[in-house]
Amino acid sequence: MEIVHPNSIDEALSEMGDGAVPLAGGTDLMVEVNFGHVRPEHVVGLRRVADLHEWDGPRIGAGVTWRRIETHGPKALAEAARTVGSPQIRNAGTIGGNLGTASPAGDGHPFLAAVDASIELTSAAARRTVTWSEFFTGVKETVRRPDELITAVHLPAELPERQCFGKIGIRNAMVIATVCAVVTRADDGKTTVALGSVAPTPVRATRAETMISSIANPTSSDLAEFQRLVSEEVRPITDHRSTEEYRRHGAGVLTRRLLERCLA
Amino acid sequence: MTTDTVPRIRVPEGGVGESPLRPDGVPKLRGEFEYAQDLSAEGMLWAATVRSPHARARIVSIDLAPALAIGGVHACLTAADVPGRATFGLEHPDQPVLAGDEARFWGEPVAVVAAEDPDTARQAAAAIEVRYEPLDALTDPVEADRRDDVFRRLSIRRGDQALRGSVVVEGTYEVGMQDQAPLGTEAGLAIPDGQGGVDLYATSQYVHIDHEQVVASLGLRPEQVRAHPSGIGGAFGSREDVNLHIHLCLLALHTGRPVKMVYHRSESFTGHVHRHPAWLSYRHEADETGRLVRVQARVMIDGGAYASTTSAVLANACYFAVGPYRCESVSVDGVGSRTNNPPCGAMRGFGAVQVCFGYESQMDRLAVALGMDPLDLREMNALGTGDPMPTTGQVIDTPLPTIDVIRSLQAMPLPEPAATVHHSELPGGSGLTTESHHVRRGVGYALGIKNLGFSEGSDDYAQARVRFTSDGAVVETAAIEVGQGMVTVLAQIARSALGISHVSVAHVDTSKIGSAGSTSASRQTQLSGGATLEAATRLRQRVLSQHDGDELDDEGVWKGDDLLVTWADLSDEDWEETVTFRHPPTTGPDENGQGVIHADFAVAGHRAVVDVDTELGLVKVVRVDTVQDVGRALNPQSVQGQIEGGILQGVGLAVMEELVMKDGVILNPTFTDYLLPTILDAPDVEALLIEQEGSWGPFGAKGVGESPTISSTAAIAAATRAASGKELNRVPIRPQDIALE
Amino acid sequence: MIIELTVNGEPVTARITNPGSLLDLLRDELGLPGSKNACEQGECGSCSIILDGELVCSCLVMAADAADSSVVTVEGVSPVDGLDPIQEAMHRGGAVQCGFCTPGIVVAAVDLFTRNPRPSRTQIKEALAGNICRCTGYGAIIRALETVATGAET
Repeated sequence: MEIVHPNSIDEALSEMGDGAVPLAGGTDLMVEVNFGHVRPEHVVGLRRVADLHEWDGPRIGAGVTWRRIETHGPKALAEAARTVGSPQIRNAGTIGGNLGTASPAGDGHPFLAAVDASIELTSAAARRTVTWSEFFTGVKETVRRPDELITAVHLPAELPERQCFGKIGIRNAMVIATVCAVVTRADDGKTTVALGSVAPTPVRATRAETMISSIANPTSSDLAEFQRLVSEEVRPITDHRSTEEYRRHGAGVLTRRLLERCLA
Repeated sequence: MTTDTVPRIRVPEGGVGESPLRPDGVPKLRGEFEYAQDLSAEGMLWAATVRSPHARARIVSIDLAPALAIGGVHACLTAADVPGRATFGLEHPDQPVLAGDEARFWGEPVAVVAAEDPDTARQAAAAIEVRYEPLDALTDPVEADRRDDVFRRLSIRRGDQALRGSVVVEGTYEVGMQDQAPLGTEAGLAIPDGQGGVDLYATSQYVHIDHEQVVASLGLRPEQVRAHPSGIGGAFGSREDVNLHIHLCLLALHTGRPVKMVYHRSESFTGHVHRHPAWLSYRHEADETGRLVRVQARVMIDGGAYASTTSAVLANACYFAVGPYRCESVSVDGVGSRTNNPPCGAMRGFGAVQVCFGYESQMDRLAVALGMDPLDLREMNALGTGDPMPTTGQVIDTPLPTIDVIRSLQAMPLPEPAATVHHSELPGGSGLTTESHHVRRGVGYALGIKNLGFSEGSDDYAQARVRFTSDGAVVETAAIEVGQGMVTVLAQIARSALGISHVSVAHVDTSKIGSAGSTSASRQTQLSGGATLEAATRLRQRVLSQHDGDELDDEGVWKGDDLLVTWADLSDEDWEETVTFRHPPTTGPDENGQGVIHADFAVAGHRAVVDVDTELGLVKVVRVDTVQDVGRALNPQSVQGQIEGGILQGVGLAVMEELVMKDGVILNPTFTDYLLPTILDAPDVEALLIEQEGSWGPFGAKGVGESPTISSTAAIAAATRAASGKELNRVPIRPQDIALE
Repeated sequence: MIIELTVNGEPVTARITNPGSLLDLLRDELGLPGSKNACEQGECGSCSIILDGELVCSCLVMAADAADSSVVTVEGVSPVDGLDPIQEAMHRGGAVQCGFCTPGIVVAAVDLFTRNPRPSRTQIKEALAGNICRCTGYGAIIRALETVATGAET
């Protein structure tokens, strides 16, 4: 087992490639190590790469921790950050790590989907930026190549002022999402609805978005229809955490409530 | 002695009724307390366990060679290497030390290895090649019952079976499989003594029963094995059964080296027994005034693959199936099934928890059917001293203040909803799902009853020794401190009995003292406490009589104002008393389940206040107030600690804690998915203690450990029903049960 | 590989042969068993330490990645003798039962009071939301830390 501790992006990238395992906060990787599921031989420790901690307006370095996002992030992303694990996890875990793991339940993903964020992937040879929808390809699968690092998240320069995050879990803290979601609404009514834990990747409820975006002052029956559309559009599964039926229901109710909050 | 002399301190500091500081508090707070996980010895090897990945499979072959080829691996042992009895078990030794021809549950140990370090041990365990032929697993307890694959059936018939009431309610109820989930996982260290024997230091609630089982399976003489009490991180029933104990001793004797093993959390979830899941069906009949006339119950619990304590848990579930209520006509039929699910056994409340959810749900339904207040109905039927138990007919001859519990609970002020609630304490908590206007508040009540000490004719005893030291006394015991504070309370009892302040408690191994029995069944304060009280009392009488004194205190033996003998003088002689304390004898059941089955009883009541987001089905338990029958609170702070901790385990069973099973496999054996309540899920608790002396426990004390878990779950379920209007016949209550049903 | 780090103010070197956790290094190699392992996945807080000034779960820190870092464990937050005021309040308040969660709670509470000497009841709860206690029901822990926050006599 060997670990390298690069101090710059370039040094880090020169270590990447087949078999190289990037290590950020460790909050996902070490669970796999502790459980004996993986045994990395070549680890690239990213904690000391100062560039990754940089946060410049809409560009959030991949190494920015949830703790920082909790206090400095845009409203709905900060709300999501507050639900990531525990204080201990938020001090270590990073937004880039969350993306790298690409869990269907990743708390940070719905926001990125809701605002159409992009993910910056860098290799020694090149840098590319992919949209969130290109980035996620399946359960814990992304387009990142072994020679690439997730280096940053790019948010749009202008974010909708009204944006709300919510997460259904059956414990009041430190819980994996049964459903998590972000709803944003712009002044012109344009609404986005993104959800996690209801499909292999984060998803947008586009039919519900289209329906509600055209209504300036939604009535309660509009909201009910919105809720119904979201429930219909998601593709959740039944597992030991919840059922498909409940997740559909929860997705609809939660996003309706988030929309109500945006409209209030 | 004249009245104007200054009286000497006759009441020692830290006696009963006070809450002295825990002697293990400082090391625990500094991180210096030594748990079984922290033990080490020169030349120590580390062990790991190979476990069956099938709920049921024939073991075709085991190839150890790939593991033995790994550098640093010292031993790989299978069933063939067990020199003595091939099986173990608390009541019936039916569980293989290591599975031989067949593995009967998912996670059953098949082989064990010892290696130079934990990493190598785990790699070696993974390298052992076991060929399995999967067999059809029986995982449905109803089918097991049909096939008569059961550990025990118990039928109770009491009173005129033809009796009928005019108001009838029926219901079926289900309780999911809860786990004790003590924070310290199973761990231990076995050290060979160089003469064929072994010293075992391992997580345990009952070292003498470990000793017995280790001796049997190793084929050794009893004196060759010494089981030592060691530091443990909680228990709650999970440490009554043997798990790694025999494995460690086998490996230590095989390698001639000390061997240590620590289970990881996911292994712990398969390495110890769980609370039995239960299926209950009830028919309650009352007359128009609300008097309970007849209760008919069917109780099924699933014991899983091996016996563990299933017969005793089933018995408890049946005996307490009616709850703390008088009833003339009772019929209970119970069955504990044998399946290929994980073995179930002891957990705090031991059968009484499961049925309480059933009978208290029924009492609420009956109240609705009668148009009565639920507490009035309970009060009208409350079981008390002098009444026969509705199930066994045993006349209750110790105080049972059910009425006082109900009235006190009724009198406790119900707090107004707070004007503002921080979002973290609303249903859904930090997930921001819920605002105050989504919440409906509900209030619910439940009462529970349980026995104290072992039942059904078992010879239940505890031995303790009190010995003088150069400046006071030490209580020697093999009774296990699991965190509850026995190490404090035994010293308090000895202080009050002796009249001195300098008393400590020493845990000694099985070769140095007789059994204290298990730290379970809420029994140690009464049993080991009883032994301590008697030993201390005898010792005091003996020293006073030998020196013709009339008082003993921290200075020595006095006669009037004369100090006759100092502690330094006393230490010239060996002063000790060893007492084996037994509670009043009990009997097994007759063919109708009748008999003097139990030694003592305790009753408690809970009032839960919950906030429910009915649309999303999320529940926040806001507060749980309780009134508990404690006999006498020997250490009020410890009693409060047992109550608050027990209630939170009840919260867990009510709304989040369940091992989810599929075809015999536990789907959530991690702390990510087996959810324990966090500090933000904990309700506020106010506890009122009913102190009515008259029990045989020391100073009238009753055990207090289990009562808090018994009816708290049922009270929360009742409150959630009140808030949601849903039937909720199953715990834990899942969001979909409220939002979708 | 050999790494150097500072543990409780003392320079330490350690040989690393596998990707194991800092928790295992502290417990098994450095003779500091105060940090406890109860879940090995960051879901219980029993292994809480302060790494370069931040409260983290040491089970989720790769030991090799702690090279050149500063680590403070429960042994490091405890005074030479006796108890600090947080520990003392917990001791007197009955906030310790089996004690397995206690070191993690002590470290998390020390971190909280370092950042916020007068936390509210809600802030206490939020700060300890990553520390599971199975024995106490948390009541005694909350009450004890409230006495520290308000400066009340314990």
